[in-house]
Amino acid sequence: MLLEPDAIRGRKGVVEVLGDELDELLAGEVGRVHAFMLTREGRNRYKKRNAGARTETYRCNVTSVPTRGSELGLERDVAAAEDARIVDALRAGDERAFVMLVQEHGATMIRVASLYVRNRAVAEEVVQETWLGVLKGIDRFEGRSTLKTWLFRILTNTATTRAVREGRTIPFSALAGAELGDDEPLVDADRFLPAGDRWANHWTSSPLRFDDLPDGRLLSSETVAVARTAIEELPEVQRAVITMRDVAGFSSEEVCGELDLSEGNQRVLLHRARTKVRAALERHFEAAEEA
Amino acid sequence: MSGELTCKELVELVTAYLEGALPAHDRKRFEEHLVVCAGCASYLDGMRRTIEVTGRLTEEDLLPETVRELLIAFRGWKSADVAGR
Repeated sequence: MLLEPDAIRGRKGVVEVLGDELDELLAGEVGRVHAFMLTREGRNRYKKRNAGARTETYRCNVTSVPTRGSELGLERDVAAAEDARIVDALRAGDERAFVMLVQEHGATMIRVASLYVRNRAVAEEVVQETWLGVLKGIDRFEGRSTLKTWLFRILTNTATTRAVREGRTIPFSALAGAELGDDEPLVDADRFLPAGDRWANHWTSSPLRFDDLPDGRLLSSETVAVARTAIEELPEVQRAVITMRDVAGFSSEEVCGELDLSEGNQRVLLHRARTKVRAALERHFEAAEEA
Repeated sequence: MSGELTCKELVELVTAYLEGALPAHDRKRFEEHLVVCAGCASYLDGMRRTIEVTGRLTEEDLLPETVRELLIAFRGWKSADVAGR
């Protein structure tokens, strides 16, 4: 399904979008394209606009835009060709291609392997073993899935085998029950005005705007470290879901398959995980502002 | 459920919204609230930024030893592969 009106198709950077088209964008699948954002100024005006203002434009920041269906197909072909090129290079014993592939996926692989086994040292061994498996099996790679999916399939199989050998055999789906049953409120109740107030259940004070932070702050290594710690502190299955979805970048379908979760349960766990990480970042930014 | 969404309800629907899992009617209520509520717009934006920050965890550097060990393994594989052909 495709979302972007002509206004932003194929464009990047700051783009002026007609109010009408913006309505369409916002009513569409904007959630899947988190790379598209109204600028602050654009948002303020858009909020206040009246229905008659059809020709006004609003400024949006577009960082990446999916292309039309036929072009998406083309992108897939390009990705497949790139995978084939890498695989050919590996088969030919090209060290540079190997190191590049290791650099690209290595850190994520360790992170994913850590979901299955006891500690980082064992996770590193799993990753090592995975690469050996990849090299041994490289002649069998036929490009039916992407190279990345294939790589991580070998990784999770290797990690599962290792976990069983270590006596860790409780499947994620069995652990999920306890995490799903826990219905503590995720956002502190005192963030909202109490019952009886005219604005009951609305914000006591507005959440911190992340895009008001000074340049570079949001994606600084310090911020990333806060997210890392927050993820490490999550209950096991939430950690697994957010790591696979938001760190490794797998689809909900793939994650449901891998962790044997229903679509709905996967979403609830992802929601809990993301909400907690967002809260940790907000606390971190607020503490820094007060200091 | 009908009527206006409260902020407290909206924060629980954020992921379903981002995943495209809200039924059309709920999505409409969600977006109507967003247009008039700066607090929730800010919250949703913060959630998108959080996903962006989390995505950066892939960029951590591998220890040089790890890369070196893998490279040795690669060379071992290559020579065994050549010998095996």
